[in-house]
Amino acid sequence: MRPRAGSKIGGVSVRYAVLVILALMVLLPFVSIILAALHAPGSQISGLSIPDQWSWQNFTLAWEQGNFTNLMRSSMIIAFGVVPLAVLLATLAAYGLSILKVWGNRVLSLGFVLGLTLPVELVVVALYFNLREVGLTNSYIGIILAEAALFLPFGVYWMQAHFSSMPEELVEAARIDGARDMMVLVRVLLPISWPAITTLSVLYFMWSWNQFLLVLVMMQDPDRRTAPAGLGLFVGQYSTDIPLLAAASVIVIAPIVIVYLTFQRSFVNGITQGAVKG
Amino acid sequence: MPDDLAMSPSPPRAGAARGGEENAVRRTRRLPRGSRRAKGLLYVLPALAVYVGFAIWPALSTLRLSFLEWDGILPPVWAAFENYVEIFQDPALYEAILHSLILIIFFSFVPVVIGLLMTALLLGRVRTGMTFFRVVFFLPQVLPLVAVGVTWRWLYAENGVINQFLEVIGLGGITRAWLGDYHLALVALGLIGTWTMSGLCMMLFLAGAQKIDTSLYEAAIIDGAGPFQQFRHVTLPGVRREITIAAVITTIAALASFDLVFVTTNGGPAGQTNVPALLVYRLAFNEGNIGSASALAVVLTVIVIGFVSAIRYFAREDR
Repeated sequence: MRPRAGSKIGGVSVRYAVLVILALMVLLPFVSIILAALHAPGSQISGLSIPDQWSWQNFTLAWEQGNFTNLMRSSMIIAFGVVPLAVLLATLAAYGLSILKVWGNRVLSLGFVLGLTLPVELVVVALYFNLREVGLTNSYIGIILAEAALFLPFGVYWMQAHFSSMPEELVEAARIDGARDMMVLVRVLLPISWPAITTLSVLYFMWSWNQFLLVLVMMQDPDRRTAPAGLGLFVGQYSTDIPLLAAASVIVIAPIVIVYLTFQRSFVNGITQGAVKG
Repeated sequence: MPDDLAMSPSPPRAGAARGGEENAVRRTRRLPRGSRRAKGLLYVLPALAVYVGFAIWPALSTLRLSFLEWDGILPPVWAAFENYVEIFQDPALYEAILHSLILIIFFSFVPVVIGLLMTALLLGRVRTGMTFFRVVFFLPQVLPLVAVGVTWRWLYAENGVINQFLEVIGLGGITRAWLGDYHLALVALGLIGTWTMSGLCMMLFLAGAQKIDTSLYEAAIIDGAGPFQQFRHVTLPGVRREITIAAVITTIAALASFDLVFVTTNGGPAGQTNVPALLVYRLAFNEGNIGSASALAVVLTVIVIGFVSAIRYFAREDR
């Protein structure tokens, strides 16, 4: 790989110095709360400071007082409900729109894409009162369906872009062999679509895990809130106990960071390509 | 999030004729049989039902509620445009809108500029360790904003890391509880947005810049272009699309921000960091003023769509 011609601002060492400084700025908040979480419970901390003795107690305390056994369970139930449901619906819809070219597919695609600019705020007000009428507030099902609806525009768009990039001969050949539509999807397209589906699933998991406003509104039962929603309310109760709050934040952040590190390529590709495609 | 209104409304559709192939095959390819197109509906319908039922219908209902006076319990009363008039008369409401416009500077403009600077610096030569930097710079983007908010509350606190740093560099005089400062709370809040969004912008631009044909740079050098001119005339036009996308995503995040504000300042001090989303929540679910909440949500949506269209329009015109 020869060096790019258009990159002569500063030498390589300057570039690395800038990169390292930026990386430190990004990481500083993490270092800061992890250090804070390791101080003795209830202690006063000032700035970045190494604790006199490492104390893991805050994590246990935060887990118990923050009710995290229940919060984590609901977060998981919701995420593992939303991800398969939304991925399945998006894949089927994209197949119908891009490959089967259902009547009105252009209008329908446009309708889904428009959903990308709908702010949650517009949906959530009436959604709460609509679902209250049919008894779907305070229920996992209501939240799962609402999140799936909010995430569908991106998924349909993503899977459509993916299916459109497939060579058409593939579908044609299978049809000439007499395969039915469902067979074409399951046997021909899905086996080569796993990278796209993995990326979509990972993004959906992240959005579901991080969703706050919807859960705050739809779920009043404190035992069935999600981890971020629980944390948002935990802050109000223990606003002065920094080590405890820091530990609670680390607990909420940890699962998504683990997923991110495991699937980091999917994340970066999903967000950069998902935005640029089309 | 990739809340990007696709550049072209529908994704690129395959199926354009490729010359020189058998005619019969081409016909089936272009126009699937009618029954197949009809059966396609079965595949689209489940998604459509969930999308319409849980996103479009509620959105339209919110629009309807914005014309009513309703406390959520008693029967609603028709209010015509009263709720909208109220938004422009009540300082608390229109100031919230102004605040969200100011946040655009910090969530969108500054991250785009930082992203471009970084792209200029990093293009090309830096290879080793790129994965590490990529992972790190993207990290803020995947975290729940609630946790980000809790973390920054602590960084900005009276005895937090920011003040500690200021004292070290001899600026002990200006330390304060940043999120509680009447004049600076909004800026402090905005800088959290800068922290979360800059990495995203940079990654988008780098991805775009890597697709630029190297021969363009060579041609520019032959024409005697210096580093700045190369950036101005080759890199910048090359990432125009990515700039538009970054601007759209971050602007939506700024206008519709809720989580971060709810956790860090909850609108304070004295309403200085109120944003529309926060007031929508408060009006609808704490104060039982559903009409006003809905009207504000509608105005917010109109502003979001207005900004997104404007960004797209300007990006297109210069082309």
